[in-house]
Amino acid sequence: MSSHANKTVSHDEEIKNLKKVTKEKLTQRSFKSNVVDYVMARLFTLFGSIAIIILALILFFLVREAIPAIREIGLAEFLFGQRWYPSSSDPGFGALPFILSSLMVTTGALFIAIPWGVFTAIFIAEIAPRRVRETLKPVIETLAIFPSVVLGFIALVIIAPITAQVFNLSNGLNAFTASVILSVMALPTIISIAEDALKSVPRAHREAAYALGASRWETIRNVTLPAAMSGIFAGMMLGFGRAVGETMTVLMAAGNAIDMPVTEFFGVWLPEFLQSVRSLTANIAIEGSDVPWGSLHYSALFVTAIILFVITFIVNLTADFLMARQRRKMGHE
Amino acid sequence: MSIKAQEVQTKQPVNSNQTLNDKSRPIFDVQDLNLWYGHDQALKNITFQIPEHGVTAIIGPSGCGKSTFLKSLNRMVELVPTVKTTGKVMYHNTDIFSHEMNLVELRSAVGMVFQKPNPFPKSIFDNVAFGARMHGIKNKKKLRELVEKSLREAALWDEVKERLHESALGLSGGQQQRLCIARCLAVEPEVILMDEPTSALDPSSTLKLENLIHDLKKQYSLIIVTHNMQQAHRISDKTAFFLNGEVIEFDLTTQMFTRPADHRTDDYINGRFG
Repeated sequence: MSSHANKTVSHDEEIKNLKKVTKEKLTQRSFKSNVVDYVMARLFTLFGSIAIIILALILFFLVREAIPAIREIGLAEFLFGQRWYPSSSDPGFGALPFILSSLMVTTGALFIAIPWGVFTAIFIAEIAPRRVRETLKPVIETLAIFPSVVLGFIALVIIAPITAQVFNLSNGLNAFTASVILSVMALPTIISIAEDALKSVPRAHREAAYALGASRWETIRNVTLPAAMSGIFAGMMLGFGRAVGETMTVLMAAGNAIDMPVTEFFGVWLPEFLQSVRSLTANIAIEGSDVPWGSLHYSALFVTAIILFVITFIVNLTADFLMARQRRKMGHE
Repeated sequence: MSIKAQEVQTKQPVNSNQTLNDKSRPIFDVQDLNLWYGHDQALKNITFQIPEHGVTAIIGPSGCGKSTFLKSLNRMVELVPTVKTTGKVMYHNTDIFSHEMNLVELRSAVGMVFQKPNPFPKSIFDNVAFGARMHGIKNKKKLRELVEKSLREAALWDEVKERLHESALGLSGGQQQRLCIARCLAVEPEVILMDEPTSALDPSSTLKLENLIHDLKKQYSLIIVTHNMQQAHRISDKTAFFLNGEVIEFDLTTQMFTRPADHRTDDYINGRFG
């Protein structure tokens, strides 16, 4: 009897003990997991902040180095001046030839890449059978990872001679050649963003059109394309951003002569595509390597870098806005 | 083989005579329709005649082939690439699967309303005018008249007449579904197929839509797939009961819901399976 009572007590105690240990372990564990949570959260915040801080530092550095030139020469001279002789005795700091060349080469590239890219995206998203789609997509993605120097080399040895022959020029390194090779570089961006936009149009819209008697082409033209339009525009903008910031290919393909890339025609500037041009990016690459540190010329190059940054920033912001609108329009808020 | 074919041939005229005696001409004469998705047979030897005007309900448990059947009537089912069909569906003396049938004409004459309202991300006006514009009507006055007429028929005009040029996506679910009906009416169809048109709607929108269906049946032939048996009972004149890809029973709705001929129909209607 007593042994039984004893046993009960010890059993009760055992349970009590067990509970106590479990509770302690739980407190320890929850303490530990709280610490881990805290540390990890801080770590992620830190890495996120570092990216932003670095970006801010780059901007700060750009502006700091650019300020002396802006003070001395004035922003208007940079934006509208047509003479760029930074180290001459009669110096000129007009970056307009570079700005126009950059815009021209990029616009030319988009003229080729937009129709090509949008039609390819329509083909992939709407028409191609699954097998074809699954081969085409990786091929196009491969295009995006080509080193730009390889494409520049192709422009140099293949496209430029063809351009020279077709247009009967002594030298094929000009804005046109650069546009052609840049269009190839902008293509993957345009295709993949445009295809995403087309894919985001719900099946139900297409079914509704088919049920009203629309053919496949009528459905694409009247339903899918209009619904995907902001996304397609975003693709174009990002393609523009990709092309305008590209350096090596343009450097190798465009000839790099500093000159206004236009001919005057009854007081209107017309772009001159068969002329050797130098883009903002190419100029920084060419002159940046041997410019005396801290000189006015050095500072002036930073001003052109800021101009480039502002252009790409605006373009990317617009693309972001358009993509957000596309998602909203399709109800994926 | 040949004997069997003869049997079918001799059977056919008897059937059509019967319909002539019935006085109401069938809008669809479905003859021995079989359908496969790849190797899975979804419809088996479907043979029945859908009457002109009025509401024909198609009921049955999920996966019984009722939606597939509905989508084969305007050949929307062919959007699935692996679909194969045999048999005939006669519509005005033309087999809809034959080469003489123009797909655009078929789908303009046989409109469709889907389970989930699917207006285009365009204005209310542009949604209704979509089909007409596509079929070449450019005259603005004509389009306006057509849009108003279709919206009135779909019992939506009074709710949207002040905001025709606002986005259709701003309408409520029930309004969107009536807009889809108006869009379908604007191409002046003869038949309207509805695939569970109220399953995404709240009760009061459902009631409105059922009243609309009641009004529309005077002028159009409506074929409605529903999983809601009370609804089939309320709105339809004739009902077809599908099970495992076959038509088990096809009869007047009142007859079927009071004295079903087949015990499986009885079991389904009374909720013993499904």
